[in-house]
Amino acid sequence: MSGSENGKYYLPADMPAPAISADGLDAPYWRGLAEEKVMVQRCGACGNWQWGPEWLCHKCQSFDMKWEEVAPTGVIYSWERPWHPVHPALKARGPYTVVMVELPQAGGIRMIGNLLGPDDQPVRIGAEVTGVFEHHDDAEEPYTLLQWRYRDGA
Amino acid sequence: MSENTIRGKVAAVGVGESTYYKHSQSPDSEFVLALKAILAAIEDAGLKPHDIDGFASYSNDRNDPSRLAAALGLPDLRFANMHWGGGGGGVAAAVANGAAAIAAGYAECVVVFRALAQGQFRRFGEALPDRVVTGDAAYMSPYGVLSPAQKYAMRATRFMHEYGVRNDALRAIAMASYHHAQTNPRAIRRGHPLDAETYDNSRWIVEPVNRLFDCCQENDGAAAIVLVSAERAKDLPQKPAYLVGATQGSDHRCGAPVMNATNFASSSFTTVAKRLYESTGLTAKDIDVVQSYENFTTGVMMALVEHGFCAPDEINEALTLENLTMPGGNLPLNTSGGNLAECYMHGLGLQVEAIRQIRGTSCNQVPGAKLAMNIAGPMVTPVSSLIMGSEEVL
Repeated sequence: MSGSENGKYYLPADMPAPAISADGLDAPYWRGLAEEKVMVQRCGACGNWQWGPEWLCHKCQSFDMKWEEVAPTGVIYSWERPWHPVHPALKARGPYTVVMVELPQAGGIRMIGNLLGPDDQPVRIGAEVTGVFEHHDDAEEPYTLLQWRYRDGA
Repeated sequence: MSENTIRGKVAAVGVGESTYYKHSQSPDSEFVLALKAILAAIEDAGLKPHDIDGFASYSNDRNDPSRLAAALGLPDLRFANMHWGGGGGGVAAAVANGAAAIAAGYAECVVVFRALAQGQFRRFGEALPDRVVTGDAAYMSPYGVLSPAQKYAMRATRFMHEYGVRNDALRAIAMASYHHAQTNPRAIRRGHPLDAETYDNSRWIVEPVNRLFDCCQENDGAAAIVLVSAERAKDLPQKPAYLVGATQGSDHRCGAPVMNATNFASSSFTTVAKRLYESTGLTAKDIDVVQSYENFTTGVMMALVEHGFCAPDEINEALTLENLTMPGGNLPLNTSGGNLAECYMHGLGLQVEAIRQIRGTSCNQVPGAKLAMNIAGPMVTPVSSLIMGSEEVL
């Protein structure tokens, strides 16, 4: 078994959908993904990269947080393959792979996504991966997920 | 010894539990379970309900202290404390907070309790039915990271990768709890011993670190502990288990959004454990028995390392079934069966067991145990740990 039944999305379409937080903090991130840009926070005062989003810089406490586009590449920092379905949408899916990806070009911040490819593929910590923008345009409120695949295609 | 310490000032003098049930099997509501555990602890302490003047709990316990005080007819509620944080990270902190209130004179007799009926309410292992998620969940739920097992496996996978830890250590931790549960009449998994083959053949919940038996149960039950001052404890029937030290918190950016904790491959105890030893003048070698909260065996493994019971590169040799079990183990662990095999009492059952070890009444008693450690829910934030001791160590 590989991918969802129609192959369009890695996980079934009726998984929980992300939305911009009520206070608007992470709007640049989600709007960026829709345009196939990975936007992350960087302090306008001290240059510190920061993830996940927060209203101020954890290093210098400046509120002058900027959003900067970074290349959608990284290395696998950790991983897991859930087998037990805890959400109704996953009951017929089977095991899927989640990776934590470190972005060295952005101060080593880490992101969570799925590793595209066969559900039983070996996962190699330290391997290079490339981001894949998964657009859910048919959702009630369209959104984009940032998925990953091995850079060397393996 | 500095005057500014909790050491020896407060003692646990009563413990009580409801009957423990598999989830959805309790005939009583969660509130009734809470009342039964609290009354059992009060009776064990040789006290009456009107002696109680405070409550402390954690993890947003639903059983409001004002309703409890009204139901029990308390004449003077003087202290009501909820420790922040989900998960079981607040078990030791709730005891510490209740003890601090007594030491400060805010209250004289505090009940620390936790009641949790996952059958009546939501099972922890099932995802919330949210259709749209925001904040931290927006970065995890759409990718299938929904349950505690899924959120915390990522930490453990990285930790085991960094230190070359084999899953055998996780199996030993699971089997130790099941081994101890076989002599515990309260244990839900009594009569269901776990052997290595059954563990190895059990299904993955989250590969590569959580098989079925690495994960805590989902139960219905309640537990309670009565705390009083050391002076008052001397007049009560039970052998007092004194609070020797307690710490809570977490290290740098432990709660950073989207799992960006600075020290990610961790059970969150690096600073908390260090302060516990510094504040008590004790080391891991002084501890006779350890109760370490099992949400997942991975958390126990990392918590034992961070409390100094072995180095990360010694895990494969140190965390063996022989070492972790009574009789005879050199690091007796979770001697009641804990969250895995006694009851997922959100860790308060492990705290009760630490007190029983000091009393000398455990079903897997460590002979002459004088110092017992209780480590609360690992990998969350804030976490907490404490050391209980007998009078002779004060």
